[in-house]
Amino acid sequence: MSDLRVHKTKYINETKRVSFKYDGKNYFGYEGDTLASALLANGVHLIGRSFKYHRPRGIMTCGSEEPNAICQISDKNDLTEPNVRATELEIYDGLEAFSQNCWPNVKFDIGGINNLISPLIPAGFYYKTFMWPKSFWKKIYEPLIRMSAGLGKSPTEPDPDIYDHKYVHYDVLVIGGGLSGIISAKIAAKSNLKTLLVDDKKTLGGSTIYQSNDSFKIDDQHSSKWLEKEINEISEIENLTVKTRTSIAAYHGYNYLLARENLTDHLSIKDKKDKIRQRLWKIRAKKVIVATGSIERPLVFNNNDRPGILLSNSINKYLDYYGVACGTNIILFTNNDSAYETAISLHKKGIKNLIVDLRKNSQSEIAKQAQNLGIKIYFNHVVTNTFGYRKINSVELMELSDDGNTTIGNKIKLNCDCLGISGGWTPMVHMHTQSGGKLDFKNDDQVFIPKEIDNDQISVGACNGDFDLETIIDKTVNKINIFLEINNQDYKNTKVGCSIEKEKRNIWLLPNKIPLGKTKCFIDFQNDSTAKDIKLALKEGFRSIEHVKRYTTTGMATDQGKLSNMHALGIIADTAGVKMGTLGTTTFRPPFTPLTFGTIVGRNVGKFFEVVRKTSIHDWHVDNKAKFENVGQWKRPWYYPKNGETMHDAVQRESKAARDSAGILDASTLGKIDIQGTDASEFLNRIYTNAWSKLSIGKCRYGLMLNEDGMVYDDGVTTRLAENHYLMTTTTGGAANVLGKLEDYLQTEWPELDVYLTSVTDHYSTASVCGPNSKKIINKIFPELDLNDEDFPHMSFKNTKLDNINCRVMRISFTGELSYEINIESKYGKSLWEKCINAGQEFNITPYGTETMHLLRAEKGFIIVGQDTDGTMTPSDLQMDWIVSKKKYDFIGKRSLYRSDTIREDRKQLVGLLTDDPKEILEEGAQIVSDTNTKPIDMLGHVTSSYFSPNLNKSIALAVVRSGKNMKGQKLIIPMKNKNINVTVSDTIFLDKENKRLNA
Amino acid sequence: MFLINCPFCGERDQSEFSSGGEAHIVRPKQPTELSDDQWAEFLFMRKNIKGVQFERWNHSHGCRKWFNVVRDTSNDKIHSVYKMGEKPPVK
Ligand SMILES: [Zn+2]
Repeated sequence: MSDLRVHKTKYINETKRVSFKYDGKNYFGYEGDTLASALLANGVHLIGRSFKYHRPRGIMTCGSEEPNAICQISDKNDLTEPNVRATELEIYDGLEAFSQNCWPNVKFDIGGINNLISPLIPAGFYYKTFMWPKSFWKKIYEPLIRMSAGLGKSPTEPDPDIYDHKYVHYDVLVIGGGLSGIISAKIAAKSNLKTLLVDDKKTLGGSTIYQSNDSFKIDDQHSSKWLEKEINEISEIENLTVKTRTSIAAYHGYNYLLARENLTDHLSIKDKKDKIRQRLWKIRAKKVIVATGSIERPLVFNNNDRPGILLSNSINKYLDYYGVACGTNIILFTNNDSAYETAISLHKKGIKNLIVDLRKNSQSEIAKQAQNLGIKIYFNHVVTNTFGYRKINSVELMELSDDGNTTIGNKIKLNCDCLGISGGWTPMVHMHTQSGGKLDFKNDDQVFIPKEIDNDQISVGACNGDFDLETIIDKTVNKINIFLEINNQDYKNTKVGCSIEKEKRNIWLLPNKIPLGKTKCFIDFQNDSTAKDIKLALKEGFRSIEHVKRYTTTGMATDQGKLSNMHALGIIADTAGVKMGTLGTTTFRPPFTPLTFGTIVGRNVGKFFEVVRKTSIHDWHVDNKAKFENVGQWKRPWYYPKNGETMHDAVQRESKAARDSAGILDASTLGKIDIQGTDASEFLNRIYTNAWSKLSIGKCRYGLMLNEDGMVYDDGVTTRLAENHYLMTTTTGGAANVLGKLEDYLQTEWPELDVYLTSVTDHYSTASVCGPNSKKIINKIFPELDLNDEDFPHMSFKNTKLDNINCRVMRISFTGELSYEINIESKYGKSLWEKCINAGQEFNITPYGTETMHLLRAEKGFIIVGQDTDGTMTPSDLQMDWIVSKKKYDFIGKRSLYRSDTIREDRKQLVGLLTDDPKEILEEGAQIVSDTNTKPIDMLGHVTSSYFSPNLNKSIALAVVRSGKNMKGQKLIIPMKNKNINVTVSDTIFLDKENKRLNA
Repeated sequence: MFLINCPFCGERDQSEFSSGGEAHIVRPKQPTELSDDQWAEFLFMRKNIKGVQFERWNHSHGCRKWFNVVRDTSNDKIHSVYKMGEKPPVK
């Protein structure tokens, strides 16, 4: 046992020594220790450097509010984790932790020079200084900031750990396992309500569990003993689930909460292996009881950030819970009674201490107890300065004036090796405000407390601003009974004895003889913002707390201002001369403490990250070395490189083969919607721009679908299978949205129509065979089928069979070639495909992917919705007026086609572009101009599709150009980084304008 | 993440639904007779109320039915849910 481990507690297992490394040095602690308690037991206070000034910093708290003691765990590329709070991390065998924010090391830190030049780094320094000259940003400012700032480093390899998600429903969720939380959970569960109690610590009991002062008794026992008994009974209660090491990350509306359960973080490296590391609980609770307690506030005075300065109650917890003394000569600086509990506890363990109290006196029982024990108390005094570089070694006190605005008398210098500070207690209202709750300001204690919002949530105990034992128990029991609409008598006769605080004195920024500009009174320890920064922000005209916060970065570090927000508000209120309650507060947003990405994504990583859709022919594509492209969720063959071909070479070969002989495309991913009902034709009339009533059975027709604003939304071929039965195809990416849109109109605008829609995209596989030899190939596969042009013309379909399996063969074409699309039930897709390949072998049938498909259709000037259109193109803009029915009274988007804006002549319109140098391939997305001399240069449009056509042996492109319709033959310029490319506007159809190839 | 009581399936998590904007905007029966301004009124103009708002929602990952919801946009409280074609409740 080290000298600082001064007594035994039941939370520390001294039979189990745990070895760990901190900054490369070996240390020992015990099972039950946090990294912070173990380091303190080893006398280590200095644990990091501050963010901006690189001042030495020490462990300051014992919980999630810790601003300084954040560290990097492990140095392995896949396991390293930054920003872990040493005050929460339980040590385990093999733990390796590093201090953050120091370079080259914690004891000698180059950034410490910032401390010396700190008058040059005021609030908003980064905003003001690093703005110009602009050219300095990338090469000088950014690397400088990144090297000297930064909170830890990210892992560079995928997280190897397993994370889990779990959905649960409870009648009652209790957040916080302290005194009021335990009482609440027990009452709820005993009232037959399915209850979940969560607490972020490893043991229940909050701060009461190590409370051992004689002034605090419940039913004549020490409050800790009484609570221990209550906790021991919990395991016997039905309906009650308890989750420790579980913290609520987010509290959303409708009582939907996310909780992170730590399962293995405290286990040795050996025991962690292959286990689930953390579980994210997704909780729906009918009622939520918030019992998150309060956190102690620091005090704001000069040099209040030295290592060895801790919150007073944290010193108490390190002593009574972990058995560790934070020092041997301790000064407690307070404005309230709670520090007296710490003083008495220290005194009882023989640790020298004294109290400096802002208040003029304290008449409470506990203050008297301290006095009777002979603990020296300096009433009406204030700490004005501290000394000691790597650790505090002395403080300077002065007397306070009557009004508390100045210091008077002589300086008193006292030696110490630890300073406990307590500026009162702040209720943890984070949960309440995250859920949308508002706050009230309570003047007595200078705290914000929850304003009740509805009957599904309640705050009890210290988080509700109730601080003394008697009020906590009394109010909790009453409120829970009303809240849960029950009448539980278990705690009605509980006898409580406690010391009651009578005198209160709060000063947000303590007075000092030194001008504020020469002090370092820290408010936000992690982000290094001081009282001076807040005042400067106010002087510069900032008024809103949200603006001051961002300008000074107060409350914006990983601790989210748990310790700093109240002081920032207080100083703003004092300076502006307004009441604290009128200022509002900043909004607390999830997560309460940082979450690892692993926890958020759970099992949805790697191949489970996103749904992948594959056609039934997929394996063949893989076997034939296809490169794939993602289209929506689909994996589509992109091209099939042969013998080390580049993409360009493969696409050129595929494209040429399709036009010279035969090509085959897996078109299964096109959206397919089965449309049935007596009003099916009328429905199509309303949703497409062209007319459908006269389409005869067995025929196909291309349709263009608009949004109500007249802009092209989707396109595809629809086939009339029977009198009241159609099969619609949509674009691959648009299928789900089109179905949704059609359903919307059917259900909401035209419920009178007798139409039923069914998605059949996955039901059929489609092989599309095209090229001059396609008819011969189809004939080999379907010898019975009459392929005669008169009997089976372009844009028609036939039912047939392939080995007794029903097929639909459609003569439709997206390439401009003679082309047949065979639809077959999906499970036979691969077999159909292989039959096509075999039958086509003698014709060198060439499988092609989406890239070749795009090239072939571009040669024909066919648009791709989403590539050549972007939601601002009307049919007329696309030079597709031919497809818009003049006769139909109405269809979706019709009225918009002659709005003043849509009939403008100078809209961007689809045109073809030919480069003057036929070998030059334009970049898709490149801007188009006509004149590069007049500045600013007038942008006319952009390239939407661009390819090198092997069939035409020249580069072709589609583009949208302002007033492009009338520009045929005109010269334009594509300005690129190193050159201007000259182009000529052409027709959009580059190949076979007469459509001869369709019937070749 | 609120809960929505689908009139066909019952109470489900918000993630199963998609919002369809303001409710009770009827597509004009004779669009061609409208002036540009009248058509624009139907096409573009939507209320964005802080408070009680009538909205369309679709149970897109469930029964795929559209229905109407009366929601307070300031706190996401849903006051009522009713089917398409049914009369909206009075405020
Ligand atoms: Zn439903």
